[in-house]
Amino acid sequence: MKMKLLVIAALGAFATACASTPPVQEAAPIARPPAQPTAQPHEPTGPVAGSIADFVQNAGDRVFYGYDRHDLTPEARETLRRQAAWLASYSGTRILVAGNCDERGTREYNLALGARRANAARDYLVSQGVDPSRISTVSYGKERPACRDSGEACWAVNRNATTTITGGYTN
Amino acid sequence: MTRLFRALSALLVSLAFATAATAQEPLRVDVTQGNLDPLPVALPDFIGASDEAATRGSDITRVITNDLASSGLFAPVDPAAYIEAIENIDLRPRFSDWRVINASALLAGRVTIQEDGRLLVAFRLWDTRLEDQLLGLQFVTAPENWRRVAHKVADAVYQRLTGEAGYFDTRIVYVSEGRGTEDEPVRQLAMMDQDGANPSFLTDRSYMALLPNYSPTTQEITYVSFIEGQATTYLYDLQTGRQEALFASNGRGAASQVNPEGQSLSARFSPDGSQLAVSIETRGGHDVHLFDLRTRNLVRLTDHPADDVEPSFSPDGQQIVFSSARGGGSQLYVMNADGTDVHRVSFGDGRYTTPVWSPRGDLIAFTKQSGNQFSLGVVRADGSGIERILYEGYYVDTPAWSPNGRVLLFTRGEGRSNGTRYEIWSIDLAGFNLRRLATGGMASDPAWSPLIE
Repeated sequence: MKMKLLVIAALGAFATACASTPPVQEAAPIARPPAQPTAQPHEPTGPVAGSIADFVQNAGDRVFYGYDRHDLTPEARETLRRQAAWLASYSGTRILVAGNCDERGTREYNLALGARRANAARDYLVSQGVDPSRISTVSYGKERPACRDSGEACWAVNRNATTTITGGYTN
Repeated sequence: MTRLFRALSALLVSLAFATAATAQEPLRVDVTQGNLDPLPVALPDFIGASDEAATRGSDITRVITNDLASSGLFAPVDPAAYIEAIENIDLRPRFSDWRVINASALLAGRVTIQEDGRLLVAFRLWDTRLEDQLLGLQFVTAPENWRRVAHKVADAVYQRLTGEAGYFDTRIVYVSEGRGTEDEPVRQLAMMDQDGANPSFLTDRSYMALLPNYSPTTQEITYVSFIEGQATTYLYDLQTGRQEALFASNGRGAASQVNPEGQSLSARFSPDGSQLAVSIETRGGHDVHLFDLRTRNLVRLTDHPADDVEPSFSPDGQQIVFSSARGGGSQLYVMNADGTDVHRVSFGDGRYTTPVWSPRGDLIAFTKQSGNQFSLGVVRADGSGIERILYEGYYVDTPAWSPNGRVLLFTRGEGRSNGTRYEIWSIDLAGFNLRRLATGGMASDPAWSPLIE
């Protein structure tokens, strides 16, 4: 019983820290839940190589942008280099890069801004050797937020380009 | 769908009484400025010889009363104050009975159910001070069209008393917003009468639909769909239900494959309905294009490294306004419809987006974002930069003009801890009469139909 309470407290503290930290680094996205603490000794098994989970965990599936910006930060470039390396290892895969925006802008403006974000990520992946024919892009503007709450911490998470493996992956 | 769009069968309009000419000042609502003093009108229930006709008469009167009151230009007099009970609309009313309760105008009407089952709706509009008939008309229609007849009566009264065309017999297409079973965002196109009646969905929940625009000449709309990472601009015939993909990103099966990666945004009709102005992604940025619906010819009008988006035609079809960040922050620019003579028309601080040209031609509605504040405004189209803010709040988007250019619908958002709540509101051009549109749940992106034929 005491153990359970401790776990809840720890989770609460993590969520608070996350909400107050702008996700300028790819380590921060709150869309990924923290690993569940468990009392049993357990040998961790990583995701299957070449799987979607492998890509998300070992390359990182999203990069973040500043307010009203579509230029890549050094952290974003680092993530995209890891994505390009992963895509080089699994050359049969195809990806969709989706540009997303925070909700503090009008709908069509955000669709255009999201396209810029997706294109910036796409262009960098191509510069890192990814064949452009493997990449599709789309802008969802503000319509598919990763975080639904109001406030800058949430909006910062939603200013991203998210890479999804759409084909050729290992199950 | 078919039933909704069946034209009023055998619509009969006839002037029943000749109106006597008068030297005195005719009754007229002042619509030149903010109308803080709406015209008092008496709207007794339309009479009927049978219970069925009388019931339909009061239904029709309720719709007319709601239409006129919602405009903010008319103040229906409380029926409890009525003195005279109208029993025959072909007799002159006792004008003193209506003047004493301060009704400047009186609408008296009658519903008759004909032998063939159709409704005959006749009415007379009276000026109680001049003791003069302003209007006398009758409509014949299938019984299920009674709401449309009520809107047509309201439009006739509005036009006779304001001198401007009405906007009540119209429909509104919008985006119904919600969340699906797995918490995914749901964006469905929906349609309803201007007063919120007869709501229906135009698209299902399986894909996201955004940014509808109504043709000014036909019952057609354009909108943008998102299906599995694929954005496509569609033309949707509301009468037949037929849909056609016009522009598709990633180049799949559309009339015009602009660019293998190009995403198109909202497509707005030219005033004659023959062309679309649409922003399409080319070489990494968005540019304004013109698409001819007959020849299927696509022409790029702007070619600037900055995004040029949200084009909207002037009512004479000669010019197009759009928003662009070419000068740094997003501002509004006007160009000729062939892409020449681009010049800026907004000059204030903040980010200007969503320009929509008024059907009257003199004004362009916009959204302005300054810091964390959004506002709805209008700016003169002549380049003077003179603007007027109509509403300020937490979030504003996608203004849409009534077909007579008097009322603006817009998306209004209110910040909540669990996200923004979006609704559609209307406001008079003079900045008063703020009202929520009667959509079921969360709603955005209003598109206003022309007056239905």
